[in-house]
Amino acid sequence: MPIIEDNTITADTFLTGIWKENPVFVMLLGMCPVLAVTNSVINALAMGLATTFVLLCSSTLISLLRNAIPKEVRIATYIVIIATFVTITDYVIQAISLELYNALGAFIQLIVVNCMILGRAEAYASKNRLLKTLVNSLGMGIGFTIALLSLGSVRELLGNGSLLGYSVFGEAFQPWVVMILPPGGFIVLGAWLLLFNWLKERKASLALAKEGGLS
Amino acid sequence: MSPDSVSFIFLNAFLINNFVLAMFLGLCPFLGVSGKLNTAWSMGLATTLVMLISSISAYFINELLVYFEIEFLRLICYIAVIASAVQLVEMTMKKFSPGLFKALGIFLPLITTNCAILGLALFQTHKDYDLYQSLAYSTGAGAGFILAIILMAGLREKLELADLPNTSQGAAISLMLAGILSLIFMGFAGLGS
Repeated sequence: MPIIEDNTITADTFLTGIWKENPVFVMLLGMCPVLAVTNSVINALAMGLATTFVLLCSSTLISLLRNAIPKEVRIATYIVIIATFVTITDYVIQAISLELYNALGAFIQLIVVNCMILGRAEAYASKNRLLKTLVNSLGMGIGFTIALLSLGSVRELLGNGSLLGYSVFGEAFQPWVVMILPPGGFIVLGAWLLLFNWLKERKASLALAKEGGLS
Repeated sequence: MSPDSVSFIFLNAFLINNFVLAMFLGLCPFLGVSGKLNTAWSMGLATTLVMLISSISAYFINELLVYFEIEFLRLICYIAVIASAVQLVEMTMKKFSPGLFKALGIFLPLITTNCAILGLALFQTHKDYDLYQSLAYSTGAGAGFILAIILMAGLREKLELADLPNTSQGAAISLMLAGILSLIFMGFAGLGS
């Protein structure tokens, strides 16, 4: 059965990954690196960029090969493709900055099992043409990076009193150590989700009020 | 206890550095399948089984890779082994308990992308564990995963009866709960030192 392809690229193709289907805040995908490496802004940024790179490369290749990959072994093929690019990223980061490599630890290699990337491959790259896939993956990658940064900045600010290593609050600030420890990750992400829920609800109730002519 | 002893490695992976609550591995099933107590239990068991199989295979594969000096293929080999182990567990489960197979649904094949399993294989290689130590490590990690997911499932079953404000329903409150659980587990940090 030929797949019907819709090749129109709209702004939505790009923006959907950043807001409407944000992989972290909306879809709750790829949570492990999100919580594990966001104890400082620089780690979060590096992780976001590495993931975006792997996402872009793997979805490019998968999109190009989408008609050549047999359906039965597609997941295995995708994983091998992703693993190849992750190995490359792993060695590149090791070559650029050993310090960063040690800070991120095994989580660079664990990009392989980030469900967001496999999810994109399965749901998008295998069904769409190259350019559209690229635009969408870029949006998703940026959305993921933004989410990591928003967690990382809150955690570093509260847990260390600094941002990107520069002190913000000065000497007198008593850092909330728990924020850079594991529990902080869960709590900060939970708080972000609460905020988004609240915004969504407010928007809905405002729309309702307008409709009913109550305002 | 010496840090290399089998019992300490087990305890370390089980409580002190719990894979889910302290190292953030395997969060997708932890948040996704912890809605009901019995599915959580079988998910934990299936994951532990895959962990054991892949940990043993990863140990021997690593020996081979080091022997032939092709360590850069490690990631690809490990993930292939894990995918086959998951397939094996899936087929066994389908044959012997189809009910359970249905209950776990999409999350069963997704064990492949459970980072706890790949993480386990990578960590044991990184720490140069021998076969017994690897076994202890994977049993401990599996037991820790079961413990975490069951605690979470119990809490969430209670949560269904709680009167929550609309805003905090769903993932947000689960994450807050996980944060509190994780705080509790930090209490084990002094253990064994």
